[in-house]
Amino acid sequence: MRVTFTVNGRRHQADEVWEGESLLYVLRERLGLPGSKNACEQGECGSCTVRLDGVPVCACLVAAGQAEGREVVTVEGLAEYARARSDGAAAGARSERAAGDGTPAQPPVQPPPLAPVQQAFIDAGAIQCGFCTPGLLVAADELLEREPDPSDADIREALSGNLCRCTGYEKILDAVRLAAARGAETRP
Amino acid sequence: MEFLRPARWDEALAAKAAHPTAVPLAGGTDVMVELNFDRRRPDHLLDLGRIPELHTWETGPETVRLGACVPYARIIERLPGELPGLALAARTVGSPQIRNRGSVGGNLGAASPAGDAHPALLAAGAEVEVASVRGSRLIPVEEFYTGVKRNALADDELIRAIHIRKATGPQAFSKVGTRNAMVIAVCAFAIALHPRTRTVRTGIGSAAPTPVRARAAEDFLNAALAEGGHWDGGRAVTPSIAGRFAELCAAACDPIDDVRGSTAYRRHAVSVMARRTLGWTWEAFREGGAITGGGAQCA
Ligand SMILES: Cc1cc2nc3c(=O)[nH]c(=O)nc-3n(C[C@H](O)[C@H](O)[C@H](O)COP(=O)(O)OP(=O)(O)OC[C@H]3O[C@@H](n4cnc5c(N)ncnc54)[C@H](O)[C@@H]3O)c2cc1C
Ligand code: FES
Ligand code: FES
Repeated sequence: MRVTFTVNGRRHQADEVWEGESLLYVLRERLGLPGSKNACEQGECGSCTVRLDGVPVCACLVAAGQAEGREVVTVEGLAEYARARSDGAAAGARSERAAGDGTPAQPPVQPPPLAPVQQAFIDAGAIQCGFCTPGLLVAADELLEREPDPSDADIREALSGNLCRCTGYEKILDAVRLAAARGAETRP
Repeated sequence: MEFLRPARWDEALAAKAAHPTAVPLAGGTDVMVELNFDRRRPDHLLDLGRIPELHTWETGPETVRLGACVPYARIIERLPGELPGLALAARTVGSPQIRNRGSVGGNLGAASPAGDAHPALLAAGAEVEVASVRGSRLIPVEEFYTGVKRNALADDELIRAIHIRKATGPQAFSKVGTRNAMVIAVCAFAIALHPRTRTVRTGIGSAAPTPVRARAAEDFLNAALAEGGHWDGGRAVTPSIAGRFAELCAAACDPIDDVRGSTAYRRHAVSVMARRTLGWTWEAFREGGAITGGGAQCA
């Protein structure tokens, strides 16, 4: 069957999809988006976590046909997604500021290559083999979107569906705290 | 395989009647695992994800009519006041990702003895609204479970909604497992006080071939509470009443030995959970409060 849906803001179409196929398989094997990882295929590890219409889900447990017409965000689109979100939030504040001071408009800056949560994972040393990282990033980014100043309990809860076999989790918690702290500094 | 995607409820019923072996697909958290591991190769998948009324609920004077596909996350967020026991149980299901997709309709469809919604439904009092092109019927939840992973649905029937009694008193849910997240219950216990009818109801999970109520324990407790005037006086439940209640709850179990726990452990754990949850809920009742679905409590 044919499945058409939006991934990271772009329309994608996949043909000859088997009816029992998962969204994860379609992303990785048909759309060339291998960021979401396939480890357990049974919802246990969270390394396939993507946003489906904004909601964090295990892509391995969504049938491809269930994604028809819907919007998916994967780790490949996370930087862009986070940028669009902060542009939206900051737009009002920035235009007011621009009206106030007479400096000429800045030339368009390069989009940051990474989402804040991605940079925080690197800076905190939260990545070892990296296999769990894409799913954790998507889950952590959604937490910070919902709760910019999460408690440790909030962080543990939000990441409880993501397994990591390398780090022992402490650095991952540090990374989310770091991303939250940086977010608080830059918020208007 | 064919992927059926009805946009309306009547279309879904027509599709199920035309293809009785079609496998309904709600959140997919049970079905997709079976497909991924080649345990199931149905001719048809019947996706219920596009049917709006399955994803909403209506709150009436006595009951909540919960659409079959409402995910656990919504129940936790929106219905902890009306359905505190179910909301507590929902909080223990899987992980955030699983709770964003998994539904009570799917839990009933799978009818695993370890399903966490079942004890809460049994304790609160619930009826399963099922429908087919032939019409619809309400099945008391006690009668819905017919065996290990078997339920009362006919081949052409789908679950439309679950009618769950709104809480009129404190409720609790307790589950034993190796960690706080992502754990199949070794066993689970739910209790609901119903002050208006002066009854207490229970639900036991993962300790018998099907989820069950501990009827003898309920009868004993209801009689003891009535005799002692407990409902009026707000008197504490004595340790001997609580102890006997716990014993009878353990006796209601018919557990198996498996990798998650032994028969003896399951019985013992159920008796401990029964005594503790009775203590929590009865204290909450005496204080005039309610255990709400907002906070989880450790057993
Ligand atoms: C990692 C992981 C952790 C889990 N943890 C828990 C846990 O802690 N506790 C727990 O109870 N469960 C757990 N589960 C199991 C599962 O999430 C639950 O059983 C959930 O309620 C299933 O709901 P669903 O909407 O995803 O169902 P689906 O997978 O879509 O369907 C489940 C079954 O019900 C049938 N069905 C679905 N909807 C209907 C309907 N409307 N009418 C008729 N039949 C229907 C399907 O055909 C299928 O047989 C876990 C699963 C995974 C993958
Ligand atoms: S691959 Fe999807 S949860 Fe592990
Ligand atoms: S870094 Fe290796 S699994 Fe997490």
